Amino acid sequence: MQWEVVIGLEVHAQLSTESKIFSGASTAFGAAPNAQACAVDIALPGVLPVLNRGAVECAIKFGLAVGAKVNRRSVFSRKNYFYPDLPKGYQISQFDLPVVSGGELVIFVDGAEKMVRLTRAHLEEDAGKSLHEDFHGKTGIDLNRAGTPLLEIVSEPDMRSSLEAVAYAKELHSLVRYLDICDGNMQEGSFRCDANVSVRRPGAPLGTRREIKNLNSFRFLQQAIEYEIQWQIDTLESGGKIHQATVLFDSDKGETRAMRSKEEAHDYRYFPDPDLLPLEISGEWMAEVRSRLPELPQAKRARYISAFGLSAYDAGVLTSSKELAAYFEEVAEIYPEPKACANWVMGEISGWLNKAGIDIHDCPISSRALAGLLIRIGDGTISGKIAKEVFEAMWNGEGGADDVIESRGFKQISDTGALEKIVDEIIEGNPSQVADYRAGRDKLFAFFVGQAMKATKGQANPAQLSEILKKKLAG
Amino acid sequence: MFNSSLKELSALLSGRKTSSVELTQEFLKRIDAKNPELNAFITVDHDKSLAQARAADTLISAGKAQPLTGIPFAQKDIFCAKDWITTCGSRMLSNFVSPYDAHVIERFNAAGAVNLGKTNMDEFAMGSSNETSHYGPVRNPWDKKAVPGGSSGGSAAAVAARMAPAATGTDTGGSIRQPAALCGISGIKPTYGLVSRYGMIAFASSLDQGGPMAKSAEDLAWMLNLMVGFDARDSTSLDRPFEDYSRDLDLPLAGLRIGIPSEYFAQGLSSDVERVVLEAIRFYEKLGATVVDVSLPNTKLSIPVYYVLAPAEASSNLSRYDGVRYGYRSPEYSDLTEMYENSRAEGFGAEVKRRIMVGTYVLSHGYYDAYYIQAQKLRRLIARDFSESFEKCDVIMGPTSPSTAFDIGEKGDDPVQMYLSDIYTIAVNLAGLPGMSIPAGFGANGRPIGLQIIGNYFSEAKMLNVAHQYQKSTDWHRQMPSI
Repeated sequence: MQWEVVIGLEVHAQLSTESKIFSGASTAFGAAPNAQACAVDIALPGVLPVLNRGAVECAIKFGLAVGAKVNRRSVFSRKNYFYPDLPKGYQISQFDLPVVSGGELVIFVDGAEKMVRLTRAHLEEDAGKSLHEDFHGKTGIDLNRAGTPLLEIVSEPDMRSSLEAVAYAKELHSLVRYLDICDGNMQEGSFRCDANVSVRRPGAPLGTRREIKNLNSFRFLQQAIEYEIQWQIDTLESGGKIHQATVLFDSDKGETRAMRSKEEAHDYRYFPDPDLLPLEISGEWMAEVRSRLPELPQAKRARYISAFGLSAYDAGVLTSSKELAAYFEEVAEIYPEPKACANWVMGEISGWLNKAGIDIHDCPISSRALAGLLIRIGDGTISGKIAKEVFEAMWNGEGGADDVIESRGFKQISDTGALEKIVDEIIEGNPSQVADYRAGRDKLFAFFVGQAMKATKGQANPAQLSEILKKKLAG
Repeated sequence: MFNSSLKELSALLSGRKTSSVELTQEFLKRIDAKNPELNAFITVDHDKSLAQARAADTLISAGKAQPLTGIPFAQKDIFCAKDWITTCGSRMLSNFVSPYDAHVIERFNAAGAVNLGKTNMDEFAMGSSNETSHYGPVRNPWDKKAVPGGSSGGSAAAVAARMAPAATGTDTGGSIRQPAALCGISGIKPTYGLVSRYGMIAFASSLDQGGPMAKSAEDLAWMLNLMVGFDARDSTSLDRPFEDYSRDLDLPLAGLRIGIPSEYFAQGLSSDVERVVLEAIRFYEKLGATVVDVSLPNTKLSIPVYYVLAPAEASSNLSRYDGVRYGYRSPEYSDLTEMYENSRAEGFGAEVKRRIMVGTYVLSHGYYDAYYIQAQKLRRLIARDFSESFEKCDVIMGPTSPSTAFDIGEKGDDPVQMYLSDIYTIAVNLAGLPGMSIPAGFGANGRPIGLQIIGNYFSEAKMLNVAHQYQKSTDWHRQMPSI
């Protein structure tokens, strides 16, 4: 019997504001412990929160980008619980009235398009960090992260496989970076996923879900979900029951396991924070933010297909990150042959970046330099084959395309006289092959091309060479 | 000098008849003499106070004095003051030296005023008698067997005993007005949002409001001019143009419409208080005011509503006192949960714990709608009673407290009896309105009685005018306890 998998994701995106959501302390990553925790962050007696409008603007941008309802009025609530890295004993979050309601995101899995609905997105503050190592059995508290603004983005349980879940997470990751509201750095915890996973018989009501917390890479997201699905199916098929639980993914062992049950019994006692007025977003503010929205991945994809004539696949790959798309567009602006530009960006550039394990913004070949190379292919200075060698030299810092072509003597031979002289020598030196060819062994043509290329170190203009060979061999 | 108004002290200082150092020393001497029996101050620090006094004298000599420069004020120990131990009346903060100034303290400092010391109070402002303070009860200067009221009981006793020219207080359910009434002084709780709560240790955020406590309405006006003002660090602070609260003090009262709510003269009001308050109202009629009947039918709900909302907010506001970063931490614990439990069990007193438990209960899953949401709805009804009344009158008058000061220990075992002593003051906080209390006479037991004046939003100048006109023709506010 078949099982249907049901997955919903909760993503915490850390917003790229300079200061914290309710205080003026810096949000920069990597400072010495507690160096970026002010009186408000450490919750001294008498301090009060003041909302950072920059964080609200990030939420508005997101809401507009996913076609959601940006609520004119939303409310900050207190989520009460005790933990040493939660200085106030409550987290300021949004509960029944979030800043963003609804919305949707289009994802692509195996070439097919699918719509994932969003439930909501709300603003909240992050907690600090408890450090359990290096304190000789005690716990250290670092409150630098306390009060960092987060946008929690909650999807509907619309995904049906780990692949769809990863595609959704990637699409969201790309979107928040397009919007410039989150740096997307998963290692530093700027983009964290919680996955709600359940299984059911097709057509049956939703099964009991378990929530996998704090997945900080797409690979772990996929592994954790796959393990969890199998565990749930095995449990049910062996007659067991699934109990609602919060689980953690152990990336070393590749398995999920339930957290202590103590943490599940929380009653957070939400109530509206009396220190903060309801958040009011005016129509003017929203219109102003809308006017500054960048072109979003979906629109960009459509433009690449219609204006550049690219395939849906190519358009999808090139727009998967804002930086890659920008690189491509820079190349295509200098060298307006979009298909050739796309091939090189998706082929050589992406391949070499991958191999080197670096991002496009660290690419040693600038968009301008790549365009320079493409121009030399286009104007016949070098062949496509030679271009790959030039590319490698450029990657290794030997300069621009023209420098490499010059210094390595890669210039294509397009001089008819010179080529004719070489062809004459080859015909003279291979009388039996010439006789066989003339007797009808057409396949020998390739032999002559090979000889000519060898003689010119591959620099003969192929089209021209072929024409001369045909003429001379015909006698 | 001890009975001088702020205006008179200001004149003495600017006329070089005295210096801030002399003035401060005189009051410190009086505190040293009287505090052992009254326990009005938790912290007195001669060096700090005198350093401020010397700085004030320098300003005065340089001709840079403002009206309150050089005048010493007692500060309720709920206001964080840089480098001062700020306890909020609790063992929990017995070791807390504030690294920053509350907005109110900044204002006094910027005016060149002197901090005379931190006054005793009910623990975390939870109480109506000052008996919940970790630092012991304050005694009423009019009768040392009696409580001074609370929670700003230390400030009220300090001003009544003339240990300070004036003091600050905070009022969540009557904590300025009730002790002012019980100690025979004047106090005003401004409209919610006028005085910044930044640095004022939170009890119930949506109700807490700081205000002045002094000997007269005129002094209150001078202090309000300093304390009121927008502060971007408090999101509930109101951004309004400056107003001079003393501008209308001398206006005649002819035509003033005084609303008398029948609910404030019902069962539970002592005959002494009723007599004194009615006399005061008759006096106002002589001054040209007319009396109109108004009704506040939801007054009876204000205590249950308050004792849902205030503990709910308090239970959350006091969660930060966990022994982790500052404040009291139990010396004994074996794990995190025990550290929390022991630190909070030992650091908080019984009343605070009671309210944390009530607040936690009413916010709990399954009870929230029945208590918290319901109380918020009723809060709006209570506020509506007032807005309807103010269509017919300019101010509302009635008793501040149902009785004169009770004896220390008298209500110790019965929290509900204690809560009922705030029956006339709590609704004002729930509505966010300004309210004040001025002395209007004495009970048969010789203990003071206060007249409560409630105004519409932002009508503080009018209320001070009403109080000042009464004080111009009476001398209740000038009477001093013989200690």
